[in-house]
Amino acid sequence: MSILVLAEHHDGALAGATAHVVAAAQQIGGDIDVLVAGENVAAIAEAAAKLDGVSKVRVADNAAYAHLLAEPTAALLAELAGDYSHVLAAASTTGKNVLPRVAALKDVAQISEIIAVESPDTFKRPIYAGNAIATVQSEDALKVITVRSTGFDAVAEGGSAAIEAVDFVADNAQSTFLKEELAQSDRPELGAAKVVISGGRGMGNGENFKLLDGIADKLGAAIGASRAAVDAGFVPNDMQVGQTGKIVAPELYIAVGISGAIQHLAGMKDSKVIVAINKDEEAPIFQVADYGLVADLFQALPELEQRL
Amino acid sequence: MKVFVAVKRVIDYNVKIRVKPDHSDVDLTSVKMAMNPFCEIAVEEAVRLKEKGVATEIVAVTVGPKAAQEQLRTALALGADRAIHVDTSAETDERVESLGAAKALARLVEEEQPGLVILGKQAIDTDNNQTGQMLAALTGLPQGTFASAVDVDGEKVQVTREIDGGLQTVELTLPAIVTTDLRLNEPRYAKLPDIMKAKKKPLDVKTPADLGVSVGSRVKLVKVEPPAERQGGVKVGSVDELVDKLKNEAKVIS
Ligand SMILES: Cc1cc2nc3c(=O)[nH]c(=O)nc-3n(C[C@H](O)[C@H](O)[C@H](O)COP(=O)(O)OP(=O)(O)OC[C@H]3O[C@@H](n4cnc5c(N)ncnc54)[C@H](O)[C@@H]3O)c2cc1C
Ligand SMILES: Nc1ncnc2c1ncn2[C@@H]1O[C@H](COP(=O)(O)O)[C@@H](O)[C@H]1O
Repeated sequence: MSILVLAEHHDGALAGATAHVVAAAQQIGGDIDVLVAGENVAAIAEAAAKLDGVSKVRVADNAAYAHLLAEPTAALLAELAGDYSHVLAAASTTGKNVLPRVAALKDVAQISEIIAVESPDTFKRPIYAGNAIATVQSEDALKVITVRSTGFDAVAEGGSAAIEAVDFVADNAQSTFLKEELAQSDRPELGAAKVVISGGRGMGNGENFKLLDGIADKLGAAIGASRAAVDAGFVPNDMQVGQTGKIVAPELYIAVGISGAIQHLAGMKDSKVIVAINKDEEAPIFQVADYGLVADLFQALPELEQRL
Repeated sequence: MKVFVAVKRVIDYNVKIRVKPDHSDVDLTSVKMAMNPFCEIAVEEAVRLKEKGVATEIVAVTVGPKAAQEQLRTALALGADRAIHVDTSAETDERVESLGAAKALARLVEEEQPGLVILGKQAIDTDNNQTGQMLAALTGLPQGTFASAVDVDGEKVQVTREIDGGLQTVELTLPAIVTTDLRLNEPRYAKLPDIMKAKKKPLDVKTPADLGVSVGSRVKLVKVEPPAERQGGVKVGSVDELVDKLKNEAKVIS
């Protein structure tokens, strides 16, 4: 078996998610190559070469792959896929955008967001917002898979894989990158943070999210939100935790003014310890919370910040 | 411009699902079914494009069992002009995987040549998030997934996409494939007179064989289990008690 992992990277740096995908690849077994596609990605390729378990890093460094647009990136992966039994990527918005396109180009199914490897062709994945876990077996020769990072511990760094260039350049006259508006934050990334504190509709408005800042500073936490808070315009979309937003599984998750709809729980219920602060003692979030505090958040949050 | 919208029949998002005791699948007997919420957003976007004069005809399409015609009627009530049902009951049971649906949709796109195809980003039953991207690959068209804004401008469409770090805008040549995210629009409800009128709108039925495709699944469902139950914990009486428990009992803060 041989596995090709699409590297995830942002702002010139290898993203943490890649080390989780390599961990999933190790559980499948076989040689693991990492593909780094993008423009000016030499440093990223070097970082990928250090990941434990990687045999080879293949680098497609070309303007065609800037921003990893789906059309050229999928064409590249489909071109290389012939050498492999598995093609893997993170279940990030990049992986989700590109991999199904690769699968269809190769006329195979895709297996989305696996959380466990049972054997090289059998995997576990959540369905119905995580209210059921399916074990699925691929009947295709080529397996195209996205990996949920929270299901696999990242591999360490200590390797020194060979790096080789890929010359294939996909032409793309169909899609053009125009712009990106990325949230700037000094806080840890939601998916990687050890502590996450999220606000919901109960926060009332965007200004009140500042009440979470001081606590997040003290705990080194990332800040998340429910869909209702994002839809209401309190905070940007990239903060949404849930079935259709980000999946997190930190050591500590604090839900503030969030009722606990199944779609929200789908994104955080694998957290180690869950705290809920809600003024409604009947709120469903208390059914999954290890520690529930029935209180008005406008009183509880300043007090919490002070006590920490 | 003709616009296609793909709609899928799924469990209503409010329903709490149950796993069958034999762990063969989720139990869908007498469970409330509905149009996938992301497909409602897709239909709404098509209707708005028609209201703006960009779309001239809206065709709603589904690939699935006979009962899925209910969701096509809903799309017709919301403003679609006609509908196509690719009836899979002869070939598979209820389960049509994304690749199979994409293959059937791709044949219809070749036949009818729409300028834009709008799908949901994800079906809330399988949580696959694949069909739009697969359809784009099979038709050789560009894709704008997870859209929170769609602006058609002559021969091109600009799509603003919800990505992990924020928002990204791409420009695609038409025809193109778009998948909807939650913030694209807020779907309207169907009005009673429109529900009545929808019954008279044309609804064509085809089979996968008519289209020359097979929609059979290539992923075997080995078993379905309920997730590990979380034990509900305790209520704490004060912020002090909370901080104490987190420090000394759970040991997650210092
Ligand atoms: C297709 C689909 C996908 C979805 N995806 C997601 C997703 O990914 N993520 C997600 O989060 N949701 C998602 N949802 C939405 C989900 O169903 C809920 O609507 C949403 O999670 C509710 O957000 P909320 O808990 O902030 O708001 P509400 O349900 O309105 O709850 C607000 C809570 O705040 C409490 N509160 C109010 N004031 C105070 C106060 N002063 N002090 C303390 N507590 C207070 C209230 O008691 C209440 O429990 C999705 C829905 C659909 C249909
Ligand atoms: N059987 C189907 N019939 C019609 N459209 C579908 C079907 N399956 C998926 N889709 C479309 O693809 C979207 C994403 O579904 P999926 O990729 O399967 O999660 C849905 O919101 C629909 O718009």
